[in-house]
Amino acid sequence: MELTLLFAPLVGALLCGFGWKIMGETAACWIATGGLFLSALLSWIVFLTFDGVTETVPILRFIESGTLSTDWSIRMDRLTAIMLIVITTVSSLVHLYSFGYMAHDENFGEGVSYKPRFFAYLSFFTFAMLMLVTADNLIQMFFGWEGVGVASYLLIGFYYKKPSANAAAIKAFVVNRVGDFGFLLGLFAIYIVFDSVAFGAIFADVPAQTDATLTFLWRDWPALEVIAVLLFVGAMGKSAQLFLHTWLPDAMEGPTPVSALIHAATMVTAGVFLVCRMSPIMEYAPNAMLFVTILGATTAFVAATIGLVQTDIKRVIAYSTMSQLGYMFVAAGVGMYSAAMFHLFTHAFFKAMLFLGAGSVIHAMHHEQNMMNYGGLRKKIPYTFWAMMIGTLAITGVGIPVWIITLGEIPIGFAGFQSKDAIVESAFAAGSMYGFWMLVIAALFTSFYSWRLMFLTFYGEARGDKHTHEHAHESPTVMLVPLGVLALGAALSGMVWYGSFFGHTDEVADFYGIPYAEAAAEGSETVDGAEEAHSATGDGAYAEHNYVFAGQPGEGAIYIAPDNTLLDDAHKVPYWVKTSPFAAMLLGFVFAYWFYIKNPSLPGRLAVNQKHLYQFLLNKWYFDEIYNFVFVKPASVVGRFLWKRGDGSVIDGGLNGLAMGIIPFFTRLAGKAQSGYIFTYAFAMVIGIAVLVTWMTLTGGAN
Amino acid sequence: MIGLEHYLTVAATLFVIGIFGLFLNRKNVIVLLMSIELILLAVNINLVAFSSFLGDMVGQVFTLFVLTVAAAEAAIGLAILVCFFRTRGTIAVEDVNVMKG
Repeated sequence: MELTLLFAPLVGALLCGFGWKIMGETAACWIATGGLFLSALLSWIVFLTFDGVTETVPILRFIESGTLSTDWSIRMDRLTAIMLIVITTVSSLVHLYSFGYMAHDENFGEGVSYKPRFFAYLSFFTFAMLMLVTADNLIQMFFGWEGVGVASYLLIGFYYKKPSANAAAIKAFVVNRVGDFGFLLGLFAIYIVFDSVAFGAIFADVPAQTDATLTFLWRDWPALEVIAVLLFVGAMGKSAQLFLHTWLPDAMEGPTPVSALIHAATMVTAGVFLVCRMSPIMEYAPNAMLFVTILGATTAFVAATIGLVQTDIKRVIAYSTMSQLGYMFVAAGVGMYSAAMFHLFTHAFFKAMLFLGAGSVIHAMHHEQNMMNYGGLRKKIPYTFWAMMIGTLAITGVGIPVWIITLGEIPIGFAGFQSKDAIVESAFAAGSMYGFWMLVIAALFTSFYSWRLMFLTFYGEARGDKHTHEHAHESPTVMLVPLGVLALGAALSGMVWYGSFFGHTDEVADFYGIPYAEAAAEGSETVDGAEEAHSATGDGAYAEHNYVFAGQPGEGAIYIAPDNTLLDDAHKVPYWVKTSPFAAMLLGFVFAYWFYIKNPSLPGRLAVNQKHLYQFLLNKWYFDEIYNFVFVKPASVVGRFLWKRGDGSVIDGGLNGLAMGIIPFFTRLAGKAQSGYIFTYAFAMVIGIAVLVTWMTLTGGAN
Repeated sequence: MIGLEHYLTVAATLFVIGIFGLFLNRKNVIVLLMSIELILLAVNINLVAFSSFLGDMVGQVFTLFVLTVAAAEAAIGLAILVCFFRTRGTIAVEDVNVMKG
């Protein structure tokens, strides 16, 4: 079953990409889509029937060299299962949606067949991501990692006639290459330290290597810290964290379904997945994790500020993705891998939903993407409006604060409500005040720009081209069905799986297949002390659930150290902490309402008043300009020098000089020797024979 | 007593005369052919001399073959010469330099 669901997208991609001329365009597209739906169905079966015990399904021997022994096999554990449903569900819906969205495309001329190519790329993208998440060892994972990079390059540059799309594709590829280099270094470091690249072997060996050191750059470092940081650099590239994030907004050049796929399922979740997958190492690298937390929090904040002022509907959502990824990394950084996965899971639903909704709006508005030219679309495209509304409610984290009413122990609200609150509470409980406040502020901004998007698009007066507005139409059913399915996920997925991801220790431990023990039975001094401290501050409601994780690294899908009681702590944070994201959300909504419904002239006046701040945010903190100045320009200068001077003057000049100067000189010299007279040649021959005979006489010939 | 070395000396002399005939002659192609004959004769004398010196008849048999080949070669050379004269109107060696580089 695992094999089928893994290879169905690949088979679909190959058949669709290479066979469409034989079976026809539509059939080819349906084969790719069918493969994905099969894969999604099997993924759900796997996820729902999974018992938490890690299994390995071998496929073939991969690399054998010295002590390096790599199998190509599937590692099935809870992390993989979660990723499987996220990837295949979103991807299959995106395939379906693309039938409508890609039906007519003015970027290609009449009679040009682009659809099979698009579907083949989509399926290949999905396969590469599945390869990544099912990997049993780091090399196999790296294979998927690079496959995702290639597929994203192909899809971002899908409109290959547009120079901006090509530039964006190259940018995505190059920026990711920087991160990949970090990943590779981390892989090498792991091989040096652990002498293996297989996850099982690495994780089991982690406790023995806590004192290992590794020489990196100029000094010795604790090996696990170095590995954790290097792997995180890889994750930064794929998951668009600060400093390696510049490719993500530019990736909007691709068709909208691609954006949905990249942002919700494949690609950007890979980094979060990597950090969670390597949790046994991360758990032993506190300094690296501090770095992860701070960078994640900063990313969440920076991206949210940029999102405030963008006018391109897709860019706003792109920055919101970057911001939400920051949330996930904060969760992973403080040690709540489960919360990170929770947010990844819910985020996949509502982000795919927002993107596909935005695609529907763009489709309705004849590929107009500037929100300033929208307005009043609520009546024109009602289904899309409600879908976007649910997506917005989910991303802003709308729900009922836990102190008013809960469903048993589950907070009531849209998916983003539970997962975002889980992260914010974890950050607070871990004592990361920087992370906590940054996330709360980011939550406020998230709410503001999400509602701003809604208000600008669906409310108010119709702005922009009148003709376009008159012809705005609801999208076909094939585009609305995916929206409906995702809306269901965006509304309910948080509540359904709250217990599994962020419930009590024993629930979470069962979910991930981690052994657990009763805190008291643990008997160790520190654990007892910690428990007492918690029950002193806690509200007592969770007192009967005092379990601690007792797994060894490698047991279960994620590793949480026994002294990591964050899960319990997070449930016991004060009520004001639990309410703060909600308050931030409410405040953001009020601001957005005031700015864009009550007083629509206010944003313009504010932009003029705060010109510098506005420009700063509009230009994305000038990251692109700085990179342009620091990296791109010098590289371009060096490249130009090597091209003009190095290649042009030295190599070409050298070859031309040789071919046009030196060789003809000798040719003329040799030509002069050719007198044309027989007797000259005869003379030369005789002289030659005389010399040879003399030489052989003197040296004794062959002897 | 006339020994082997006398024969070899004659042969060497003939050979050198033939060689010099080849590249000192600037006028006449026929002289070239004659020089080649001289060189071949020198070789023949060598062969016969060694044949009788070593008591091995193979050398003399070989000489007959060389004579045959020399005759054929002379015939072909003269035929080429006739053709050459017809096209160029001269048989002066100095004029034969189409191969000049």
